[in-house]
Parts: sequence; C-alpha cells; structure tokens
Amino acid sequence: MESEKKNLPQVCGIVLEEMTELTLIEVSRACAVHAECIVELVDEGVITPFGREPHHWRFSGIHMRRAGVALRLQRDLGVNLAGAALALQLLDEVNALRARLKVLGSRH
Amino acid sequence: MEFKDYYKIMGVARDASQDEIRRVYRQLARKYHPDVSKAPDAEVRFKELGEAYAVLKDLEKRAAYDQLGSDWKAGQDFHPPPDWNAGFEFSGDGSNGIDPDAFSDFFSALYGRGFAGASPGRGAFNSRGEDHHAKVAIDLEDAYSGATRSITLQRAEADAEGRVAMRARKLNVTIPRGVHAGQHIRLVGQGAPGAGQGKPGDLYLEVEFHPHTHYRVEQRDVYLDLPLAPWEAALGATVQVPTPSGKIELKIPAGSIAGSKLRLKGRGIPGNTPGDFYAALNIALPPADSETANAFYHYMTEQFKTFNPRAGLGV
Repeated sequence: MESEKKNLPQVCGIVLEEMTELTLIEVSRACAVHAECIVELVDEGVITPFGREPHHWRFSGIHMRRAGVALRLQRDLGVNLAGAALALQLLDEVNALRARLKVLGSRH
Repeated sequence: MEFKDYYKIMGVARDASQDEIRRVYRQLARKYHPDVSKAPDAEVRFKELGEAYAVLKDLEKRAAYDQLGSDWKAGQDFHPPPDWNAGFEFSGDGSNGIDPDAFSDFFSALYGRGFAGASPGRGAFNSRGEDHHAKVAIDLEDAYSGATRSITLQRAEADAEGRVAMRARKLNVTIPRGVHAGQHIRLVGQGAPGAGQGKPGDLYLEVEFHPHTHYRVEQRDVYLDLPLAPWEAALGATVQVPTPSGKIELKIPAGSIAGSKLRLKGRGIPGNTPGDFYAALNIALPPADSETANAFYHYMTEQFKTFNPRAGLGV
C-alpha cells in the first residue's frame, strides 16, 4: 500500500487565492479570449482588478476563475453579460449559504 | 460503438417540435451546467445534452438521425449502415458554443468531425484540453502543517470502441500549508488532454475540511466551544485548551460569562495574515446527583438571594 502510494505522480499546486499579480494579457490568455472580453467583464463589475488603468491592472487567481465561469455561462447558456453577472452573484450567495449551513450543521 | 438515443437524453418525444426541443435544451443546460450544478455527473450530462441538441436542433441532422429508425436502444452496438445519409445535404456549422471535440464517436461516425462545428481558425485538432474541477477534503490539522493527500478522480474516458466509461485516476497532491476551505488549488496540465498539439487543461481542486468534532472554521479563523466550571468562570483559572497545533494553557479572567469569546491572535490557520483562534466560553453545571452536591446547591440558593438570572427579561 505504502509503496503504491510512493509510485503515484506527485503534483504540486498553486493556491489560486494567493496568485495576485496576473496581468490583463495573462488572464485573457488563460481564458483563451481577447483582452477586450476581459475588459467588458471588468466594466460590468463581474471582476474588479487592482489598479486603475487596464495596463496597470493586476488580477488574482480568483478573478481568473470567475472570468472563466462568466465566459462559459455566456457561451453555453446563451445569456448575455449582465445575465452571467447576475448568475455569478447568485451562485456566490448560494455558496456562502451552503458553507454557513455546513458550519451550523456541524455544530450540534 | 454505442447507439445514442438523443430523444431520450433530452427527455422529449420523437415528434417534439423544434421550439419544444429548444426550450427543453435551455432548461436542462441551465440545470446541468458544470459551473452551476453541484451534481457529480453534471459535466457528463451537460456534454451528452450538448451533443443531442446539436443533432436535434438542426432539421437536416435530425431528419437523417430519424431515418435510422426508432428501434435502436441506447447503448446498443451500432454501426452506421452504408450510405445511410445519402440524399441528405448538410449545411452550415451552426454549433452555438458546443465544444466539438467533446462529441462522441457515435456522433462523429454519423456526421463527421467537420459537422460538429469547428469554426475557421479555431483549429479543432489543436485545441487546449478542458479544465477539470474536483473537490479535495482535508483535515483542519493539514492546513496548519501542510500535507500530501492521494486523491482519486473519476474521469469519463472513451475506450477504443468508443464506449464511455468512468475511469479512476490517482494523484498525490501536495496540500500547501495555510490553505483553507473554499480556496482553490490549481494544478497546471492535470485537466483533460488537449487535442493534437493542444496543451492539456488544468485541474482545479476546491478545498474543503472534514467536519471536526471540536472546531468550527470560518475563513482563517478557528472556533472552539470551551466549557468552564462555574467557579473557573467566576474566579478565573488557567485551563488546558486543545488547538489544532497542540495543547495550550489559557488564562480565564475572573468574572467571565458564557457566550464571551477569548481571542488567541494568530493561532488560526497560518498564512501571510494568519487567522485567529477563538475560545467561545460556556458554563458546564455540575449535576446535583449526590447529597453533598444537593446540599451545596441549596446553600447557593440561600447565599444568592438577590441574584436574578432573568433580570434582563424584566421578570
């Protein structure tokens, strides 16, 4: 059993929430879209990068993930940008409630 | 390869109108979208659905599919009859955002990859693999010290005959110290393989904690319900308290009341800004189950005549 465990491929990850220095170019490349698409997401308030001007923007790993979800919802469900933004906001709330429920459930 | 019953996948009758098919697709797509649904098979269902819709929404493809007849059962071994689609003219691509590489061999055998809707310039044979998402459950103690977890991932893979089966894949993942529930670990290149020269996708692991018998966790802060004897709370005491990083001695100030919290700064989940550890105080009453204990409670009744625990309720 132990030796089997040793033979498994060992992978090391990065915690998304702790990646904070991604540029607009890096995020659009990771999401496989043009930079304009990411700018639209920022304009809609789906993600809020640090910094004022687009060339100074810095994104976190979480921004990158949110952008991916927003783009997929638009592509797959035929919703527009505002609809995807609303869905994301509601998903955030559902997830927060689920987490809260779990904490309360483990309390007794 | 296996026959796919596209009508059954969408749950519509064979004579459903195009409008009905569109409506049902929209409903099911919202339900099974992997970014929305928490169901473990959401990704597989969503792909099947996309493929079924790609055929049924298109009058030409649907007519050709219908011509195969209604005697086929899902999963039955299937080979397209020779010249099965003679006389049908397929046009356009018309795949609205459905990933053509994700379609089954059954689909490809009927319509060919080209009809799956590769758009010009997209390079269907060099596309990046999909990102995969999974959860990894760790113990709270692992977040304090870091750990290696071997995780098993279920992944739908097609074998040489085009049968899709769930295959288990094991990985040893290093869990970085300081990670907490709700965070995501990105494993570059561990998602679905890319097509052709395309790079593989990434694997995102969402971290969650196994429920703990003593501790509750909110973000980086850790909470413990700490029972005290009435005299410990009233007079003050030094008591032993478990924390995920080991036992500590905690000084309880005199006059502590139930419901108040003692904060141990920086003893929550470690990190650049470490969380805090909170001991939420409650009072445990010794049972009045012996003569001495009984007598003692009576003595207290005498001694605390003016104490009204319900003063705040106005009674």
